Amino acid sequence: MHELAICQALIEQLDSIAVQHLKKKIVKVNLKVGPLSGVVPQLLVDAFSIAAKASCAEHAELEITTGDILVFCKHCNIESRGKINQLVCRECGDWQTELVSGDEMLLQRVELEERVELEEIAK
Amino acid sequence: MCGTCGCNVTEGNKHLLEADGELQADGTLDILKNLLDKNDLTAAHNRQHFDQHQVLAINIMSSPGSGKTALLEATIKHLLSDYRIAVIEGDLETENDAERIRKLGVQAIQIETGTACHLDAHLIHNALHQLNLDELDIVFIENVGNLVCPASFDLGQHFNVTLLSTTEGHDKPEKYPVIFRAADLMLITKQDLLEVLGDFDPDYAINCLRRLANPAPVISVSAKTAKGIDEWSQWVIDKIYIQTELSQINVFKGNLDDGESSKILVG
Repeated sequence: MHELAICQALIEQLDSIAVQHLKKKIVKVNLKVGPLSGVVPQLLVDAFSIAAKASCAEHAELEITTGDILVFCKHCNIESRGKINQLVCRECGDWQTELVSGDEMLLQRVELEERVELEEIAK
Repeated sequence: MCGTCGCNVTEGNKHLLEADGELQADGTLDILKNLLDKNDLTAAHNRQHFDQHQVLAINIMSSPGSGKTALLEATIKHLLSDYRIAVIEGDLETENDAERIRKLGVQAIQIETGTACHLDAHLIHNALHQLNLDELDIVFIENVGNLVCPASFDLGQHFNVTLLSTTEGHDKPEKYPVIFRAADLMLITKQDLLEVLGDFDPDYAINCLRRLANPAPVISVSAKTAKGIDEWSQWVIDKIYIQTELSQINVFKGNLDDGESSKILVG
C-alpha cells in the first residue's frame, strides 16, 4: 500500500535528475529492492505506472533487482544466505548475525533520452 | 522548532538532494540513492530538533487494536508526575485517540492521514511545529495501526517500539518480519488475557524475534491491570538519560559540521 508513496518520491527524484541534466525524458529506471525492504516489487511496478503519469518518466521501463539476503556470523566469520524471517547463521544457527544485504531500497541507475543528440555532439 | 518550513534542506545536506554520478555517452546515469531520500532527510532534520531540545522521541507501531492508545494512557499516568510528555497520533480518520490522551492533561496532535497507511517524516515535521519542544521530555508517536507500511518510513524517532497483543497470535514476527526487525523493544500487550486465551506462547514470539537477528528486549504488559507498566516505563526513563547524553554529543557534532569546528580551533 505504501508503494505508491514510494513511487511518488521516486518520481520527484527522477524529475530533478532530468532537470539537472537538461533532459525531458527518462526511458529506463533501475531499482534495487531487497526482500527485507518491506516493498513488494510487483506493487511498485503497478504504482509506478500511476505515479509516473505526466512526469518525465511516463513511459519509462522500470527494472527491479531484488538480490539475496546475506547475513554475517561473527563466530564462524562467514556470510550465509538468509530468508526473510530466518536471519540466523546457516553454519552454526546463531541468531546474533549482522545483515550484509537484503534491506536495500535504492535508485541505482537511470537512462535518459536523446541519445541522438549525444551522438551529434560527439561528431 | 525551526522558524520556517522547508528548512530540511541546508547547505550541509543540499548535495545529497542532487544527483550523483556522471552522464555516460549511452545516456545512463548511476545514482545509488535511497528511494526515500527526501523522507530520510526530513527525518534526520526532525531528529536534530529532538536532539537540540533534548527530547526523547519514541515511535510506537503495531496492528490496529493491539492497544497502543491504552498503553500510552497507562504510561502517561505512570510518568506524568515526573516527566513532560506530548503525543502525536496517527490515524486515517477521527480525533478519538488524541481526545483520550488530552483527557489526561497531555498535549496530543492528531494527524489524520486520510487514505495513507503510515506516517512519514513530513507529517511529523508539520506536527512538531505545533509543539513547544523546550517544555517537553518525551514525544510518543503513535503510528497508524498497520504491521507493514510504517516500517519503511523513518520519522526522526530515537527508538521504535513494536507491540504484539496476545489476541493477535504469537507468530506475528514471523509473518511481518520487517516491522519486528525494526523494533528496539517488543511489548507483548494484553498480558492479562494470556490465561483466558491459552494459545499464545510468549517464548514462541520471542524466538521469532531472535530469528530476525533482533536482540531487542521483550516486556509483557497489561494496560488494564498495569502489570509490566513500571518495567516498560523504566525502559523509557533509561532511554531519556541515554538520549540526553547522546543529544549533547550529536548537537555538538552538528555544530562542528556547521563550521563551529573552525571557530573552536581558531578561538
